[in-house]
Amino acid sequence: MSSIVILTIFVLSVFIGFEVVSKVSTTLHTPLMSGANAIHGIILFGAIMVADKSTTVLTTSLSIAAIVLATINMVGGFVVTDRMLEMFKGKGGKK
Amino acid sequence: MNSNLYALIGLAVAVSFIMALKGLSAPKSARRGNLIGAAGATVATLVVFFAPGAEHHNTLWIVLAVAFGVLVGVPAARKVQMTQMPQLVALFNGVGGGAAALVSIVEYLSSNGESKAAVIATVFTVVVGSISFSGSVITFLKLQEIMTTRPVVFPGGRFVIAGTLVSVLGTAVWVVQSGGNTPLLVMGLLALAFGILFVLPVGGADVPIVISLLNAFTGLTVAAGGYVLDSTLLIVAGTLVGASGTILTRLMAAAMGRSLFGTLFGAFTAKPQEAGAVGEARPVKSGSPDDVAILLNYAQRVVIVPGFGLAVAQAQHTVRELADLLSEKGIDVAYGIHPVAGRMPGHMNVLLAEANVPYEQLVEMEEVNPTFPQTDVVLVVGANDVVNPAAKTTPGCPIYGMPILDVSQAGNVIFLKRSMRPGFAGIENELLYDAKTTLLFGDAKDSLTKVVNALKAL
Repeated sequence: MSSIVILTIFVLSVFIGFEVVSKVSTTLHTPLMSGANAIHGIILFGAIMVADKSTTVLTTSLSIAAIVLATINMVGGFVVTDRMLEMFKGKGGKK
Repeated sequence: MNSNLYALIGLAVAVSFIMALKGLSAPKSARRGNLIGAAGATVATLVVFFAPGAEHHNTLWIVLAVAFGVLVGVPAARKVQMTQMPQLVALFNGVGGGAAALVSIVEYLSSNGESKAAVIATVFTVVVGSISFSGSVITFLKLQEIMTTRPVVFPGGRFVIAGTLVSVLGTAVWVVQSGGNTPLLVMGLLALAFGILFVLPVGGADVPIVISLLNAFTGLTVAAGGYVLDSTLLIVAGTLVGASGTILTRLMAAAMGRSLFGTLFGAFTAKPQEAGAVGEARPVKSGSPDDVAILLNYAQRVVIVPGFGLAVAQAQHTVRELADLLSEKGIDVAYGIHPVAGRMPGHMNVLLAEANVPYEQLVEMEEVNPTFPQTDVVLVVGANDVVNPAAKTTPGCPIYGMPILDVSQAGNVIFLKRSMRPGFAGIENELLYDAKTTLLFGDAKDSLTKVVNALKAL
């Protein structure tokens, strides 16, 4: 990928990231942080990519460790966020 | 798998993350948003096995590692008490940062002759990922109260911190210039040390802001990792978290009346604090549950200020019982919720929602503050820092400038406290010695049950 394409993707993503959360209420700060935290667990995708190509013992062990850590981040993050949000259900919408 | 199809699936996953963040910003769509994000992440994890050019080494190990991660992560997330949730989020964030750093290291070790730009991205990932990892571990230890929640400051500390930062940057240049595995290792270790030193001087009350900031850091680390691995999905997802995390950190800091700059560079400016006059015996007025019940019984308006102590004692249900009882007697009851009551912004709302407290009774700080002069009794349950007038009157104290609930304006203030121990920020509360303050010592749940029984007997 050319650097200019990557830069374009990066800058547009920054703006989207700013836009989507700019009007969040204090009530949702904690779940939103936790949800965003789960999303960066997607590094699991990268960890599997490198493990898939790894051929030495050193790189394989490091990438397997990365997979364990990333899975904990991603799966645990989504589950704990869901638990938090579950408690808000049926309380009517608060603006 | 066809490479176009693979790229399209990656795009769909990136869109699911945008929808997840958008959904999480509004109460009605929050849960659905989170599930959309989880679905996207699951698809990405399955599809990566069929990537064009996949070599299918270690597949069994990969599957076992994922299974092991699930076995650790899910029970931790399911079983954690809601009161301890902030430190769990911090820990999840830290391991994510660590994973990103490891991924970049592996890519660096396996390829020979990376482009300069890729090496710079690798350096960024390793440095920021390591800081995020070690910093998050320290925030975990602080919130879990395994170590002191007070700012840890040692003489000359700021020079040590600045020196470590300079060394990190120095080794980073070394890695980019000459490459090699040893410089990378040294740089990683220095970055880990910097993460620890960076978080140590942060006071308990500012820890949530640091968690949010480290979360944004990890996002950017993942984005840089995406550059190293040439993965658009990682770049987009990491950048989204980095950007939204930065905004969220600013919003949190604003809600707490803290300057983000002050929190971040507290490490460089913090001075050793004089130990407060601890143990100095001053007269306080303590009352019995009956006294409290009588005060409440003849009030017209009662505001309950819940704090972290309420959650620790698991007294949410008892406090609701008390509020219901008072409402039945025709007394106007509201909960005054400080934005950072609990350990994180919005944490108390989660805790009270768990006890089925109706949303309408939860009043935010700006709305409840003007009503205190018309309030007869304020019941402070396990809170301290959020009602501490020192935030207004004592420049230089760790919480100075934080907006507080002005409970001293009310007719009577009742504190349910376990002891005279100061709050999370570690500062004395003058309000405890005020003439209109009554203290009821004991476990919050226990005390509340006694008050409820006394009220029923009246």
